[in-house]
Amino acid sequence: MTTGQLPAVCGFRVLVPGEDREIEGIFTGDLLSWAMGRAKEGDAWFTVMGNVNAVAVAALADCACIVLCHGAAADDTALARAQQNGVQLLATDLPEFEASLALAKAMGL
Amino acid sequence: MSEPIRLQYTVPGDDFARAGEASADLKSTLKRLGLPAAAVRRIAIALYEGEINLAIHAGGGQIDVSIDDDAVEMVLSDQGPGIPDIELAMSEGFSTASAQVRSLGFGAGMGLPNMKRYTDEFAIRSTVGLGTTITMRVKVS
Repeated sequence: MTTGQLPAVCGFRVLVPGEDREIEGIFTGDLLSWAMGRAKEGDAWFTVMGNVNAVAVAALADCACIVLCHGAAADDTALARAQQNGVQLLATDLPEFEASLALAKAMGL
Repeated sequence: MSEPIRLQYTVPGDDFARAGEASADLKSTLKRLGLPAAAVRRIAIALYEGEINLAIHAGGGQIDVSIDDDAVEMVLSDQGPGIPDIELAMSEGFSTASAQVRSLGFGAGMGLPNMKRYTDEFAIRSTVGLGTTITMRVKVS
């Protein structure tokens, strides 16, 4: 599964297209330092944190993308930073568990 | 590389939108130098946690980076309030961050533990009322 395929496969909205890259796994959680410490390179990160710091964490920790769940919004600074850093930013109204599960099923996990 | 490459960054206090600029710049510099991707990722994560700590707790500070053939060394120094109990500050989950900082997703008490986890050498010197210096090294060879 690639970030380019993900929106169509799981029905997620595209806020920032980002780079097309392979999704290797899934990390779900909202505390930035937990994501920083525990997310693995290439993980799709499911969260409600739509601020610029979440984008910085995703870029530095080499996450494949951010999926904002529960209809959470990204602020303008976050959108601009995601654009600048090539981080894919997606959105869904699904809760974090259900959104993560949708990708896990699509990846055959 | 014969002589170490030295870089210096200033981190402003309480500016959480700008915190992360030093780590992002260092990450792209190290990538350009061709350092191993796994080491670059560990360096970027450790430095970002350090930047956030400087912004949250110390009113800003300075980062000095030295890159040589064997390792990347990062020295973070500030003139902040200092850390009264380093052992307590190093324990996962302990945090003195404000509600505002927590609302941004920080303040989970994982910053210093993450910095230690992602580096090969990690040392803190701190004097209450004078400031804190953290030295981190990540091997790259």
